[in-house]
Amino acid sequence: MSRVGVFICHCGENIGRTVDCSRVAQALGELPGVVHSVDYKYMCSDPGQALIKQAIQEKGLDGVVVGACSPHMHEKTFRKAAAGAGLNPFLCEMANLREHCSWIHEDREKATRKAVDLGRFIVEKIKFNRPLSTIFIPVERRALVIGGGIAGIQAALDIADGGREVILIEKEPSIGGHMSQLSETFPTLDCSQCILTPRMVEVAQHPHIKLLAYSEVESVDGYIGNFQVKIRRKARYVDETKCNGCGECQKECPNKKIPGEFDQGLGMRTAIYVPFPQAVPNIPVIDRANCALFRGRAKGVKKVVCSKCAEVCGRKAIDFDQQDTFVTENVGAIVVATGYQLYSIGKEQDSDSLRGYGEYGYGAIPDVIDGLQFERLASASGPTGGKILRPSDGKEPKTVVFLQCIGSRDPAKGIEYCSKICCMYVAKHTMLFHHKVHDGKAVVFYMDIRAGGKGYDEFVRRAIEESHALYLRGRVSRMYRNGDTIRVHGIDTLSGEPVVIDADMVVLATAMRAQPGIAALAQKLSVSYDQHGFLNEAHPKLRPVETNTAGVFVAGACQAPRDIPDSVAMASATASKVLGLFSKELLEREPLIACVDRLTCAGCFHCERVCPYGAVERKSLMDGKGRLIKIVAEVNQGVCQGCGTCQATCPSKSVELEGFRDEQIYAAVNAL
Amino acid sequence: MKIGYFPGCSLHATAREFDESLRAVAAVLDIDLEEVRDWACCGASSAHATSHVLSVALPTRTLALAEKQKLDRVLAPCAACYNRLATARYALNHDKKTAAQVQSIVGDGFNNSVGVVSIAQLLSEATAEIRRQAKVPLSGWKVACYYGCLLVRPPEVCGFDDAEVPSSLESIVSATGATPVKWDMSLECCGGGFSLSRTASVVRLGRLILQSAKNAGAQVIVVACPMCHSNLDFRQKAMLERGGFGDAMPILFLSQLVGLSIGLDPIRLGLHRHFVSTQPLLDRIGAAKPQPEHREQA
Repeated sequence: MSRVGVFICHCGENIGRTVDCSRVAQALGELPGVVHSVDYKYMCSDPGQALIKQAIQEKGLDGVVVGACSPHMHEKTFRKAAAGAGLNPFLCEMANLREHCSWIHEDREKATRKAVDLGRFIVEKIKFNRPLSTIFIPVERRALVIGGGIAGIQAALDIADGGREVILIEKEPSIGGHMSQLSETFPTLDCSQCILTPRMVEVAQHPHIKLLAYSEVESVDGYIGNFQVKIRRKARYVDETKCNGCGECQKECPNKKIPGEFDQGLGMRTAIYVPFPQAVPNIPVIDRANCALFRGRAKGVKKVVCSKCAEVCGRKAIDFDQQDTFVTENVGAIVVATGYQLYSIGKEQDSDSLRGYGEYGYGAIPDVIDGLQFERLASASGPTGGKILRPSDGKEPKTVVFLQCIGSRDPAKGIEYCSKICCMYVAKHTMLFHHKVHDGKAVVFYMDIRAGGKGYDEFVRRAIEESHALYLRGRVSRMYRNGDTIRVHGIDTLSGEPVVIDADMVVLATAMRAQPGIAALAQKLSVSYDQHGFLNEAHPKLRPVETNTAGVFVAGACQAPRDIPDSVAMASATASKVLGLFSKELLEREPLIACVDRLTCAGCFHCERVCPYGAVERKSLMDGKGRLIKIVAEVNQGVCQGCGTCQATCPSKSVELEGFRDEQIYAAVNAL
Repeated sequence: MKIGYFPGCSLHATAREFDESLRAVAAVLDIDLEEVRDWACCGASSAHATSHVLSVALPTRTLALAEKQKLDRVLAPCAACYNRLATARYALNHDKKTAAQVQSIVGDGFNNSVGVVSIAQLLSEATAEIRRQAKVPLSGWKVACYYGCLLVRPPEVCGFDDAEVPSSLESIVSATGATPVKWDMSLECCGGGFSLSRTASVVRLGRLILQSAKNAGAQVIVVACPMCHSNLDFRQKAMLERGGFGDAMPILFLSQLVGLSIGLDPIRLGLHRHFVSTQPLLDRIGAAKPQPEHREQA
């Protein structure tokens, strides 16, 4: 027979106003197995907790039910109190008489009866509770950061400065990400490269950071504290240990007319190339698709078509036969900082719903460019040396039209969200244009101006008032070539008048989209993502950098459109989470997880298929002579989040979720 | 292949050459046009400007007749008819309130099972056959494909081709051996039904279209809408008088161009019925001059 104690809290007037607490305590006290039942004004206060401790010791209670607020609020408090009196903390549970009863009802009589029901529910459940003990799992105190843009760099540096080892991987040949392509940054107009490149160098030189550029995540196994990550190191065809970055190979490469990715196709690069002069690591890579030797090989040509780079390399670093290699790293936490891609309009789209904006002629009219291309034109390291010159004929454009919200906020084009950064960078573009082309005219078509942020609205006002950008609220219906110019048909919705502008250049502020391939990475990490491919945080307000997979964190634009300050703040937040996790050698966690009854498990593995966290593993059972008896499911204690999906699925009822076992739930439901 | 045929009022009157050429071409391409019996006005302009329910009920009645006739699809060559029929079909599927009202007008037993296709859609499906049948070399013909406002719009209703950068007419023109030109005004407004009430606007808009086609090097404009044709052909004299782009530009229906390429008689294609002479084009392929005594006033 159980010896349950019931403690009903008035929560000041919060519960007491609508629920007759003494009547509840009295009613519950009459239940079989309840040996003690009292009510008190503030059960969470010191004297309240003392009541519980005293009763446990004096009456030898083997179960404690506290009828009070939500367990989210005080379950830890009361379990600690119970443990203090020598009771297993998992034998203490709460009935929620506040959020679930007093706060939402007005009729005192009915609310009191409901409170009795809620209390009885837990009393019957707790009779079947088992003592459980906290699980400890060891932590590998090294972190993996995926993505070497500003968010990844910041996260890696913060973790490394905290004294823990970091592996930073980047799929491109150099770290730096999109920020390295930018000219100046809002709202202070400081030079992007000037603030970024020192941090890139810091990454390369940091004793605690292992940089693996030109690498991608192949597979992820394990769980919080104990991930095993297999990393593909893509073949550069240049030996990183030998190359000293002298750049002679690039000078010799005969193929110099390849549109460069870093310059968004506005500048040319060679087939063996370093993306940009400040690249980290400063080691070139051979672009197989454009290298004469590899193209020859692909066609089956036996002789070496061209090896000029290898011939000129004094350190014999070029290795045409290099292959992709794999390394496995053990880490305790993973930070995902894979960034974004720009919605590329007018080209092939990965989904039909994204087709659109053909009326703007992007791709067909050379002087219609996107925001990143404008950044390259305005950048001192860009293809024009920082002069604003239009791509078609290299002339300085005098009238430039900027279109905001291209793709963003347009459900008809498949993207209903706001890309957040465009209002600001368009204002910046108009300023840069004005600074460089004094007699130029910038016209902006906008839907709304969203400039929330420190110094942001002031910045837009400066663009309008000091750089004389003409802001027109409306959309552009179409654009076409008109002789030397681009005729832009739009509408000014404030005056209600159609507007026709002959522009020398048009800049489209296209939407921020999730990186291609993010879905595959998210699946490897068991992290959920939204319909647009942005990774989901665990809670939008209270757990913004954690994911639903313990030990995996998100930073920057892979989670949602973000500007640089936001990305950096998020990255530092992930670093503090990672360092917090690494502050202990053993990881403590609640034992409310699934466990499998090996005797009855038939090995159908329905549980494995439904588990959203990949927590179910297969275990071979052997007899004494090492012969296989059967293969059963086993739950990894580090990975299981206690959602109970497996319990609901198991056909032979062999999986039980501790704390919510069937007999507990049945007993509770039968009590109603 | 059998397909329902909804000529609409234009193809019996101002655009009878569209009807003539379409029937002639269909016969060669093995398309059996079965006219919807007892069809009525599609409701374009007058109905949809005055009563939403009527503008859906009129085309629905025609679609219901086609369904009774066991037709899977109906061809509506006129872009406005096509648009009304397709819009009605869309409204019945997406707007429950209107669907209920219309049902009470056209009666029960209609399942909205009849598809609606435009001339662009029908001939796009037949490009391989057109290419196979093309006898008369039209190589060297530079053709501006003019879609106008309704042929591929709105996209959710039409569900065919790109609403902003369409290419179906170009693919059909390419199949005939002629060369479609790249130009900017293929989707601009021709002035539509304002030909009589605001003639000056129609002339101004049409002039921009002709000018753009000419600048792109086109020798002929191909259209798929009787209204576009009427505006660009009948009003072209007034456009020319304002000067600025040289000689007249023949305006052909898509079916006429296809008919010429597969060697049909220009008279059967109704090429003598245009206001802008098609003779310069016919001279290029050595076709006989359409006899003036055949000319009837439409």
